[in-house]
Amino acid sequence: MKDIKVLGSGCSKCKLTLKLIEEVAQQQGVQVKLQKVEELRDIMAYRILSTPGVVVDGKIVHVGSVPSRDLIATWLH
Amino acid sequence: MTQALTNPAGSPEAAPSPRRRWTRFPKDAPRLFLVLAVLLWVLVYRALAPLSEWVVGRLPIAPHTRLSDALRFFLYDTPKVLLLLTGIVMVMGMINSYFTPERTRALLAGKGEGVGNVLAASLGIVTPFCSCSAVPLFIGFVQAGVPLGITFSFLVSAPMVNEVALALLLGMFGWKVAGLYLGLGLSIAIVSGWLLGRFKLEHLLEDWVRDMPRVDAAAGRDAMTLSDRIQAGFASVREIVGKVWPYILVGIAVGAAIHGYVPQDFMASIMGRDAWWSVPAAVLIGVPMYSNAAGIIPIIEALLSKGAALGTVLAFMMSVVALSLPEMIILRKVLKVRLIAVFVGIVAAGIMLVGYVFNAVL
Repeated sequence: MKDIKVLGSGCSKCKLTLKLIEEVAQQQGVQVKLQKVEELRDIMAYRILSTPGVVVDGKIVHVGSVPSRDLIATWLH
Repeated sequence: MTQALTNPAGSPEAAPSPRRRWTRFPKDAPRLFLVLAVLLWVLVYRALAPLSEWVVGRLPIAPHTRLSDALRFFLYDTPKVLLLLTGIVMVMGMINSYFTPERTRALLAGKGEGVGNVLAASLGIVTPFCSCSAVPLFIGFVQAGVPLGITFSFLVSAPMVNEVALALLLGMFGWKVAGLYLGLGLSIAIVSGWLLGRFKLEHLLEDWVRDMPRVDAAAGRDAMTLSDRIQAGFASVREIVGKVWPYILVGIAVGAAIHGYVPQDFMASIMGRDAWWSVPAAVLIGVPMYSNAAGIIPIIEALLSKGAALGTVLAFMMSVVALSLPEMIILRKVLKVRLIAVFVGIVAAGIMLVGYVFNAVL
């Protein structure tokens, strides 16, 4: 099971990112553990400069924008 | 940003349908596409004025009435502003792809005061920035050893000088006003950041921020091709133009509607250049307000066309766009209240000064 974290202090882009990942995972029938990281200190521990950020299994895969569905699909496999 | 634009999935290449071939054209021949796109843009832009004349002339409305004036204004201004916006956002989207926040930070780390402030303010224009990222960016800059004043120059210029504001000012008031806005926005960012740097306020950062471990300001190598950048341009057109076009439509419609119906100098007595207190009042009202440039432009348009002074109106716009209550509340997590107060004070003072200078000169 993929462990996915969305980093962001609650802006609309972060919420949209979370929703998209949820949708794509459901579409593809992939089980994911989706988590939202909103506390600033925790976000900064990943040393990103812009949000939203996406962390898959502990590795930062995306920063600074809402990812496309195609891109999300590549993380799930 | 970069990761978002590559498409590792790679669509399977079966015999492409005509539509498929059309959407692939910018990818296959990016240079040719750019040249053709620029040509087409210029052609359409130049055809707008005669076209709107022609359309209004066809309508069963008596010429030179209030209604026909308002209609012509609406039919000409709407496509003009939308076209300018699309063009500028497309170009900015492509330029943005060269300046990720990581690269900007690497460029700024180790720069001294003065040069650093100028560079930070300029990079603020071309680096993609969203106000919800203000805090991560702030911490990231400080962590990499970018001086506080230089970080502030960036934080002031990034929201204030943005492509939507420039496109709208250009479309509605011409290149002189747009250029002045750009120049003054940059100046405020440079000077206020420099001043803040002089005050040596590092002790007013929240403790946990000061105690964060230092990081290296290294930026990954940039592997984007021209066609990736064109796709980045498309993406920002979809995102920005897709979001702001209703505001612009409403704004221009309101502007067109009041064109003939509200007396010309209605605002002149309250916001004209003779009312000395109008500039500070405009800034006081504008600072706590939060709106993006697109939302504020209709108001600007209405104020100006009814006799409000340009300096007062620009001061209002700058204070709405550059300083906002929500942003300060977020910044409170990393800055002590005194530092936020100094920051807001200096920027507001700069904006006021610009307002007065404009009113005096124009």
